[in-house]
Amino acid sequence: MSASSREAILNRVRAALTPLPRRAAYPEFGDNVATMPAFDREADRWTAFSERQKLVNGMPMVGATALATWLRENGHLRGYCDPTLWAELAPAFGPEFSVSTDYDRAQVDEYAFGITRAAGAIAETGSIILNDSTTSRRLGALTPWVHAAVLRRENIYSDVAAAIAALGKDTNIIFCTGPSKTADVEGILIEGVHGPGVQIALLID
Amino acid sequence: MKYQQIDQFAAGLAREKRAAVYDGSKAGYDSRYKALFTHYTAPDELRHLAGEIKQHAIENLDTYLPQVEAKLQENGAKVHWAADAREACEAVLKIMRDRGATKMVKAKTMVSEEIELAHFLEKEGVECLETDLGEFIVQIDHDHPSHIVKPIIHKNRREIATSFEKNGLGEYNDDPGTITRRARQYLRHKYLAADVALTGANFLSAESGRMVLVTNEGNSRFCLAATKVHIALIGIEKIVARDRDLAVLLNLLGRSGTGQQLTSYTEFITGPKSAAQPDGPEEMHVIFVDNGRTDVLESDCREILRCIRCGACLNVCPVYRQASGHAYRAVYPGPVGAVLSPLLAGKKFPEMADLPKASTLCGACNEVCPVNIPIPDLLLRLRDKGKQAGSAAASAATPPMGGYAILATQPAAWKAALSMGGIINAVPTPLLPQAAKTWVETRGLPPWRGGQFRKWMKQRKKS
Ligand code: SF4
Repeated sequence: MSASSREAILNRVRAALTPLPRRAAYPEFGDNVATMPAFDREADRWTAFSERQKLVNGMPMVGATALATWLRENGHLRGYCDPTLWAELAPAFGPEFSVSTDYDRAQVDEYAFGITRAAGAIAETGSIILNDSTTSRRLGALTPWVHAAVLRRENIYSDVAAAIAALGKDTNIIFCTGPSKTADVEGILIEGVHGPGVQIALLID
Repeated sequence: MKYQQIDQFAAGLAREKRAAVYDGSKAGYDSRYKALFTHYTAPDELRHLAGEIKQHAIENLDTYLPQVEAKLQENGAKVHWAADAREACEAVLKIMRDRGATKMVKAKTMVSEEIELAHFLEKEGVECLETDLGEFIVQIDHDHPSHIVKPIIHKNRREIATSFEKNGLGEYNDDPGTITRRARQYLRHKYLAADVALTGANFLSAESGRMVLVTNEGNSRFCLAATKVHIALIGIEKIVARDRDLAVLLNLLGRSGTGQQLTSYTEFITGPKSAAQPDGPEEMHVIFVDNGRTDVLESDCREILRCIRCGACLNVCPVYRQASGHAYRAVYPGPVGAVLSPLLAGKKFPEMADLPKASTLCGACNEVCPVNIPIPDLLLRLRDKGKQAGSAAASAATPPMGGYAILATQPAAWKAALSMGGIINAVPTPLLPQAAKTWVETRGLPPWRGGQFRKWMKQRKKS
């Protein structure tokens, strides 16, 4: 079925387009044509990023201690952490925490938080960038109520266009702009539908 | 027929539903305006550019389709082609059967609605679960979505709470937060138990074979983290030439649809998961769907293929706001639907030929469209096409214009009619011509003031 359908569809496409006297040309435009004009691309990226991330209800944070304190205060004591990050973060977490470096699907309801690496961030939109090569477990970054993405300063892009230009070869890249949300019920905004209800960007220098 | 079908539907719409649709679409319009006009100094120029980007892609599909196919294969995806709805459904089923798969989780895709995939798979014994909250509610209610972006714009929280209760999702509770939490709890175990994830694609770049998926809820992320097989149903018009086009289109899509800079989750997918990643699909299948699109490409309405399904034209449309999405009797409602549905209907075109008439041609849909589709022009072309095809629906509720044509083409007759026009002020309603009678059912007839211009002209020449 597929081979002949392929030919049939392509033939129909050609038949539809051949009679056109000329085809619409690829328009000329600068890479930053859709970047917000008021957005200062030269500003300090972390500062700009954190301001914009707050606008989309994300939470910028600096340092492992700030994260551990916030999690404790909010009663999120059980979680998952990328094994390659845990050695660096563990000293900030006290014995009241129970953190696993191995995600178990059967325990999906037990993880209150997940800590994984961010591949980068976008200052213009306050987005965190996740990808397959830096995220230890897709599920670990997605299913817990709180997701903390560990970010290095040098990986913050100024704008969406720059982040897209740098997408590269990774097979699965996600721009996360604020927490998971819906407004399906009477237009009322509710956060935490399928993914994290709290999205933290944790800067570690 | 005295009324168009859309009018009939609108007249019968419950007051509560009309209010929900009106408020929801107006809110969508307001947030769009705020985002575009506070973020950009010249958003109109961007819309025009985006339109050119998409027009270029669709007019060069003969180049880009084979190109993107090769890229996808290079990236490790398997490519299938489906000429119509039946082939698309069967292609999905075959992939599932070959793997002994029986459970599918589905992120919102308009193409799957178009080909009625869920219905088809359920008959074949495949469990096919919608995961977008709105679509999930539509599914448990055996209802239909009534908006492209907000599928349950026509429902209120009490109806939703009642269906949750009926479907064993807890006791009656109409708090939107509670409704959402319950769906979260129920659906996450469904994702984890599913074999196959089905998604659509918002864009597909011919340059890299990268597909882009946008959601706010993160359901497509969950689909692609929990299952081992990913099937993407992609309409052939979703292609763009280059990755850099995505920056323009994504910036406009979020703002036009929901007033967001970017939708919460923008995913760029080029193939199955990478080897080191424990979660996610080991196989990726792309099914290119025609299902009438090449007919549209051949027609003089091919601009509608630029559509990026943002819903802005629905939100702004005075007819949509009064009539709601179900009035359009098809998957795509509102102005975009009034153009697309008749075109995609194939042989059933005459039945849908009334839709292009459900417009005041006010032009608002064109003004808000992020890819600048000249919807009013296309509606006119389709009205003409409907007449040419001799479709009864295309003439429904059109008053007979023969008498008017005689008057309007003969100056003497026109003048005589004008001088006697005042009589209409005194005619009792039952004696009015049909067109005027329909008009006065819901509002008054303006007092006759015709004939003054000619008098004025004469005076002016004298002096
Ligand atoms: S026609 Fe334009 S405004 Fe309407 S849904 Fe499509 S892209 Fe949006």
